[in-house]
Amino acid sequence: MISKKGWDRIYERLLTVPSLIVVSVFISMFAFLIYRSLPILESKSLGHILLSSRWNPDRGSFGLFPMIIGTILVTVIAMVIAVPISIFSAIYISEYAPRSVKSTIKSIIDVLAGIPSVVYGMCAILVLVPLVSDHVGPFFGVDTTGYSVLTAGITLSVMIFPIIISICVEAFQSVPLTLREASLTLGATKWETVKYVVFRKASPSVYSSILLGFGRAFGETMAVAMVIGNLPFVPRSVFSPATTIPAIIATTYGEMMSLPLFDSAIMFSALLLLIIVVIFNILAKVVIMKYSR
Amino acid sequence: MTDNKENRIVTKDLNVWIGKNHILKDVNIGIPPRGITVILGPSGCGKTTLLKTFNRLIDLVDGVKVRGTVLLDGTDVYHNTQDIEGVRKKMGLLCQRPTPLPMSIYDNVIYGLWVHGERSRKALDRKAEIYLKKVGLWAEVHDRLTDPATKLSLGQQQRLCLARGLAVEPEVILCDEPTSALDPTSSRKIENMLRELKSVYTIVLVTHTLRLAELLADHVIFIYGGRVVEQGDADQVFNNPTKKLTKAFMVGEIS
Repeated sequence: MISKKGWDRIYERLLTVPSLIVVSVFISMFAFLIYRSLPILESKSLGHILLSSRWNPDRGSFGLFPMIIGTILVTVIAMVIAVPISIFSAIYISEYAPRSVKSTIKSIIDVLAGIPSVVYGMCAILVLVPLVSDHVGPFFGVDTTGYSVLTAGITLSVMIFPIIISICVEAFQSVPLTLREASLTLGATKWETVKYVVFRKASPSVYSSILLGFGRAFGETMAVAMVIGNLPFVPRSVFSPATTIPAIIATTYGEMMSLPLFDSAIMFSALLLLIIVVIFNILAKVVIMKYSR
Repeated sequence: MTDNKENRIVTKDLNVWIGKNHILKDVNIGIPPRGITVILGPSGCGKTTLLKTFNRLIDLVDGVKVRGTVLLDGTDVYHNTQDIEGVRKKMGLLCQRPTPLPMSIYDNVIYGLWVHGERSRKALDRKAEIYLKKVGLWAEVHDRLTDPATKLSLGQQQRLCLARGLAVEPEVILCDEPTSALDPTSSRKIENMLRELKSVYTIVLVTHTLRLAELLADHVIFIYGGRVVEQGDADQVFNNPTKKLTKAFMVGEIS
């Protein structure tokens, strides 16, 4: 016969198991990636892997620089487009939209966040690729197939709207009414109140939403791989095809078994990606903790 | 007491609904230009709502409906063409809990001046000093003006909010239980300050504390259940209340 207290202790123990599983999966992924990255790290210097722009696995060149540049470019384009649009639309939704509009837009954004990335990729191929090759490229006097860094960046920006918007809306709405009243009673207009008080008060969450969006953009694979052209060269312009770290992993995985160092190089890129995304998530948390009080 | 000419703020048949709740019922009051007018009544009787109709902060409430007239110096606050920012600027507000804006001490004091277009650093510095001195805060904060305002104690924050309100040179100061969140010493400082200010400003103070009302009031408006029960000079209302409800409140039978 187990006493009530005894059961209580048993449940307590049992409930730690799921969390342990989650944590150990993460740690073993990390360990596994490090282990499989060792061969390439032993035969090439870290500087060579990160900074050489020659990616030619058949000849034993494993420079990840083109993918790193591609990833950074695509992410930066996505952020430049997504951050202002998302923040302004969050301000509209939270501060200006009538209540019915507010709930409609909010549910649309929730749906956007749930759309699989392959769907975004499809739509980008159908709409964005021709748009870039037939109109945007010619407008700037550039010959492009449309499969380019720019196309990937725009696609990504649409994918990170929902992340930034939903976190910002939440943050703006949690600014206390008394603060808005304080600003308004001093004779400030609504826009001044939003700009100087609401936005400032919510800024830690805004920064953190940007970092989370950054992390998402950095790691996105499918949609990018579908529209970026997948060529392992440093792009000459935003209209050139290129590739990113996640895209090179996804597109070359099948062919790499025969070359041991190739396998290891890909594992190392995965490790790199994991580390960067983890860093961005930690940064987002730190920003929230540091500035919210 | 509801005569237009003598009073700074007048309401006529003011009714306010929030959603389906009828919060204020046929409120007719007049607030004289000098001295402290205390709006007294138990919690939830509509005092704060009444205060917020004066500077139209009530507009921020979802589902609010206002009928009737609120006159400030004879002009209709709810008129379509009314410049709301202008009305609000004339009335400073001191809340129950201090509301420091998310910026430095200095920026808090000059915020109102800044949004009204004052950009001269010299003028802003001078105003900041004047109004911080006026609320007795200058000596305590002059060497850390760039610190976030939230680092101050609650009492200091409340005086900062008062300085910030005074800096835009209002004519009316609205206070909503301005001392209820403060310790006794800080409360006394605020009370003394209001007493000093009442010769220059119209002060309207909302409270449910009889003690505070007796301490500060020159005029009293007693509200119960959204209706004005009695209004008049403090002496008369406190010592010779004419209505049964007022008497009951004075002796603590209702609260």
